[in-house]
Amino acid sequence: MAIEVRIPTILRNYTDGAKAVSAEGATLSEVFGDLDVRHPGIRERLVDEAGLRRFVNVYLNDEDVRFLGGLGTPVSDGDTVTVLPAVAGGMR
Amino acid sequence: MRFDSLIDSVGRTPLVGLPRLSPSADVRIWAKLEDRNPTGSVKDRPALWMIEQAEKDGLLTPGATILEPTSGNTGIALAMSARLKGYKLICVMPENTSEERRQLLRMWGAEIISSPAAGGSNEAVRVAKGLAEANPSWVMLYQYGNPANWRAHYDTTGPEILEDLPTITHFVAGLGTTGTLMGVGRFLREQVPGVRIVAAEPRYGELVYGLRNVDEGFVPELYDPEVLTTRYSVTSADALRRTRELLATEGIFAGISTGCALHAALGMADKAVKAGERADIAFIVADGGWKYLSTGAYEGTLDEAEERLEGQLWA
Repeated sequence: MAIEVRIPTILRNYTDGAKAVSAEGATLSEVFGDLDVRHPGIRERLVDEAGLRRFVNVYLNDEDVRFLGGLGTPVSDGDTVTVLPAVAGGMR
Repeated sequence: MRFDSLIDSVGRTPLVGLPRLSPSADVRIWAKLEDRNPTGSVKDRPALWMIEQAEKDGLLTPGATILEPTSGNTGIALAMSARLKGYKLICVMPENTSEERRQLLRMWGAEIISSPAAGGSNEAVRVAKGLAEANPSWVMLYQYGNPANWRAHYDTTGPEILEDLPTITHFVAGLGTTGTLMGVGRFLREQVPGVRIVAAEPRYGELVYGLRNVDEGFVPELYDPEVLTTRYSVTSADALRRTRELLATEGIFAGISTGCALHAALGMADKAVKAGERADIAFIVADGGWKYLSTGAYEGTLDEAEERLEGQLWA
């Protein structure tokens, strides 16, 4: 199953500068595992022992995975996973 | 409606239906027009609540200087209240915010200190915290962590929406300080069993995230994920498209963050239709489009507008 993973600028040193890469897996955790095989070292920038790192936001088809199933969130072919650093909102 | 002064006229904004954008008679979308506040944005509520709480706590005394990190609307709202109440205001503002916001702030007498564009509001918060430490006599209200921010919405926005729409099933708003969602969300959860509280988070262009390190991000102190049902990330392209759609179909001229909230609201409406459920979805129109005319968001093709918006903080 091919999942598109969008990589933030700050982590593109792991992906040879690629903005989006492909990975496989049935859950987000498996996708990150496969991502780390293809781009060694990237996984530990996204997750720690407790799960997703505090200032890392991950969206499955634009929905925050923390409100889905976290790292256990099921993914399927054609899904898009977007990784973004947490930033303060704009207007507020 | 008659009020003793401009400050007293904050709130009690209209809730208007969107008959053309609502998918059916059973699934309806409602816009809370917060641009109808005295300085034209939802921020008049938290600004006033934060100032009055600081007065009650004895932090703000006559002639005091207020310091605040803000990309615009909160600063403008604070500037108006500060002028009427006799305080000086210093705003720390990312340099990539629109010229209209700067002019408005200066007009109301605020001083602006610019923070670097890269990093957006994170950087403004960092600069402001440094200034507050160096100038202990300045009062930083700090909207990202001040409970009076969410209480303003718990006390006013939430009850107003429920009074106008007792059948509400969803509340959708943009996620910035998180004050609107925390305040309205907490109020509605107490009053309406099963109500869904949905955050629409602006997803900016590369420049804004570009230099952010994933180890040093920022999550507002007010944020409590337990209040939310879910949270969507909305791209500039989707926000722009919905902002224009709102104007074209319902005649509402709103700022770009409203398009962001509307995108999530329409997503919720679509889900309700597919599930065969009834829904009354209220979302926040945070401000009007006036302050964003210079960004080019309303002219040319969507692609052109999106390109012009790259690197700007549009919410």
